[in-house]
Amino acid sequence: MKKFNSIIYLLALILLPVVTQAQFDGEFIKPRNGKFLLQNATVVTVTKGEIKNGSVLIVNGKIESVGTNISAGDAEVIDCTGQYIYPGLFDGGSRLGLVEVNSLPETQDFAEIGQVTPNMRALVAVNPNSVAIPVTRVSGVTTTLASPSGGLFPGTAALINLNGYTGDQMYAGFEGVILNFPTSARRSTWDRRSEEEVKKDAEQAQKNLNEIWAKATKYHELKSSEAELTFYPEMDQLAKVISGDLPLLVEVNAAEDILSAIKWIEEKKVRAILTGVAEGWRVADKIAQAKLPVITGPMLSIPTRQSDRFDAAYTNPGKLAKAGVKVVIRTNDAENVRNLPFNAGFAAAYGMGKEEALKAVTINAAEVFGIADKMGSIEAGKDATLFVSSGDPFETRTQVSHVFIDGYRVPMSNRHIKLYQEFLERSPGLEK
Amino acid sequence: MKKLNIFIAAILTLVWIPTQGQTNKGSVLIKNATVLTVTNGTLEDTDVLVENGIIKKIGKGLSASNVTTIDAKGKYLMPGIIDAHSHVALDAVNEATAPITSEVQMADVVDPFDVGLYRALAGGVTISHAMHGSANAIGGQNITLKHRYGTYNPEDLYMKEAPRTIKFALGENPTRVHGRGKNIQPRTRMGVEAIIRNGFNEALQYKKSWENYNTALKQKGATPIPPKHDARLQTLVDILDGKIIIHCHSYRADEIYALINTCRDFGITNIVFSHVNEGFKVAPELAAYTMGASVFADWWAYKFEVYYSTAYNAAILTENNVITSINSDSGELIRHLYHEAAKTQRYGQLSDEQALALITINPAKQLGIADKVGSIEEGKQGDLVIFDEHPLSVYAIPQMTFVDGVKYFDIHDDADDMRIKVSATDTVEPIFLKEHDHNCMHGVDFFFNNFGRSLFQHSH
Repeated sequence: MKKFNSIIYLLALILLPVVTQAQFDGEFIKPRNGKFLLQNATVVTVTKGEIKNGSVLIVNGKIESVGTNISAGDAEVIDCTGQYIYPGLFDGGSRLGLVEVNSLPETQDFAEIGQVTPNMRALVAVNPNSVAIPVTRVSGVTTTLASPSGGLFPGTAALINLNGYTGDQMYAGFEGVILNFPTSARRSTWDRRSEEEVKKDAEQAQKNLNEIWAKATKYHELKSSEAELTFYPEMDQLAKVISGDLPLLVEVNAAEDILSAIKWIEEKKVRAILTGVAEGWRVADKIAQAKLPVITGPMLSIPTRQSDRFDAAYTNPGKLAKAGVKVVIRTNDAENVRNLPFNAGFAAAYGMGKEEALKAVTINAAEVFGIADKMGSIEAGKDATLFVSSGDPFETRTQVSHVFIDGYRVPMSNRHIKLYQEFLERSPGLEK
Repeated sequence: MKKLNIFIAAILTLVWIPTQGQTNKGSVLIKNATVLTVTNGTLEDTDVLVENGIIKKIGKGLSASNVTTIDAKGKYLMPGIIDAHSHVALDAVNEATAPITSEVQMADVVDPFDVGLYRALAGGVTISHAMHGSANAIGGQNITLKHRYGTYNPEDLYMKEAPRTIKFALGENPTRVHGRGKNIQPRTRMGVEAIIRNGFNEALQYKKSWENYNTALKQKGATPIPPKHDARLQTLVDILDGKIIIHCHSYRADEIYALINTCRDFGITNIVFSHVNEGFKVAPELAAYTMGASVFADWWAYKFEVYYSTAYNAAILTENNVITSINSDSGELIRHLYHEAAKTQRYGQLSDEQALALITINPAKQLGIADKVGSIEEGKQGDLVIFDEHPLSVYAIPQMTFVDGVKYFDIHDDADDMRIKVSATDTVEPIFLKEHDHNCMHGVDFFFNNFGRSLFQHSH
């Protein structure tokens, strides 16, 4: 009997691996890090020109060296002959990770209830496993600003890298509090308020903002003098802006509102970044004078006024850059953040130029977010967040072949690609 | 008195001319262009002569007297872009009052003042298919427009040679509006299928009642009572008789397949599926039984029924021999359909010719106008666009757009403000942070639970 038992055990042991292997077809490709040498590419460093026949050595998540004669050592060699290497692209404002299916409220995590909710932190609500994340990153967009939207102070945006399984693994080192600056413009063509109502609402909103700000300033004063305060999380977060620990992302679009915002920012002495800025071209000099950086976009949108030239949105970033404004580009999208390079392409075509547009989605973004020591260009010592492509990443036909985020080579696959693989030649076809 | 007569005659002439519907036809000679014919390859350094609105000659060293000549050396000439799904220049989009409203006509609500027409021209689009919305299983009849911007007469925009088309809609939109919004059928995809099938059966009965009446009339001395005229059912009869092309808003593979089967049962072959995000899953069926699919390049995840989409849809459909076009359904996107078409080179690596066909000859086929437009061929209408670079490049900028040989867009000559109507009540021009997309659910958003969404996102 004992002998029979051991035969069964033995049989089970032999069969076990067979059984487990037979359950699944195919291998799951995971992001992997290590040592990689990307060889024989044109390296577009952004900050230090282009290197022909160049190589980039990646070790432990960092760019170890960039140059023409780098020996592989024990690194995995990836031949990039005829290809180009670019730093990962930044989207300066999106809902990627904060929403899964746009029309379903259950999946909308970007707009909290309330007008003053600066303490709502995007980083805690980003879904690292959103289907849209792998869909986005294979385009070379590696880093996005996850931005809450809605009320006057809708929350705190967070810069994330598009690889990792927790918010902390994705965090790219920047947070900022969003202010939707009171506007004299209409929210959309659906907005049917009368001229007077629009004006009255704007005045009321401005008054409201100033009252809240005065309160926050008081709160900050009392807190700095170590007074005992009732717990007030909204004011606590705004106090961080007043102390300068967090910057204010001021969403403002109509020309007149931009001027009011500049005045307000100067009065309150806040560290601010302007976002949206759709009509920035009308007051570009004033923005440049105020030395405020701008995150603008999408370019692929309609002019704000019927009387505007058809290309007003396409030419806006170029006009801002020419006036001397530091420009960053955003899609303001969620599932189609992958269109960021095309937005930059349109900006380039309509006056910005390719070089400046490339900066707007790389080094400018890194500088505005205060992480230029780690990201935004291909330089030794920076994070290995970069990609390999067949050419200019803004050009529509270009193919991206490898994407590295923090030294991890991420899989060049996603649901869109898998559906292509399954359905290009369906089996069975028309007849079963 | 004689003078007054002449004056009156002159006024009458002025009034009379537009009512004739004679739209402007132009002549132009475009020289030395790289001509992307779409149907006959690329012709380097070639001239195209348009006379009185029609492409007269394609060749080298052409000359013509008394015709404006444009030197397009180093530039690209392609056929006017055709958008098979648009709501630009429409005052209203949805007659959302019943699951079947086939009697409604979009021709009645064309707004020639919409500056969106000019913006479309600035993106090289010369023809758009102005459609009813997607609130109903069977919506209204659409109208194909030529972008003759500048006229005050809606009829000048009609492409009168185009066959009749009608909007159908499946899935979430008709079930939300009727089932969940009004508690009447359809609430499910079963209901949508049944509504359409029932509609066709009723139309057959209606047709039969007229046939019976007409037969009875022939009897000597008979005085039969005619059936009551029903524009709704008559339109469905016209569909069954092959006089109207169906353009069906659809997303999921199952609903597409169900309507293909319904159409096969009723002998209908004139059907194009629009949006059709999951068309790639039933590509062999679409290729075998329909006039193809008109898709977005990359839109997905804006609602649940487009969650399982792929940006490779157009490429998969094309490689499976489905007639495929890329449409806008948006006043924004219509301005860069050339770029949307180019996305099939990133997602699926289609050839230049395949990609350009998606916005020219293929939508022309789906609208039943491929014998007149959609490619650069002698005898076709002179709808043309000049680009500074290859139109599939992200850096390409349309330079001039012609409809019937008449130039309606010139990047170097046009004023910044191209409105032809200004609001009489606004003292300050309104600024819109977001323009709502001209979309399929326009006018029925009050049925949505999450109304606020439509302020800043798609709801196609």
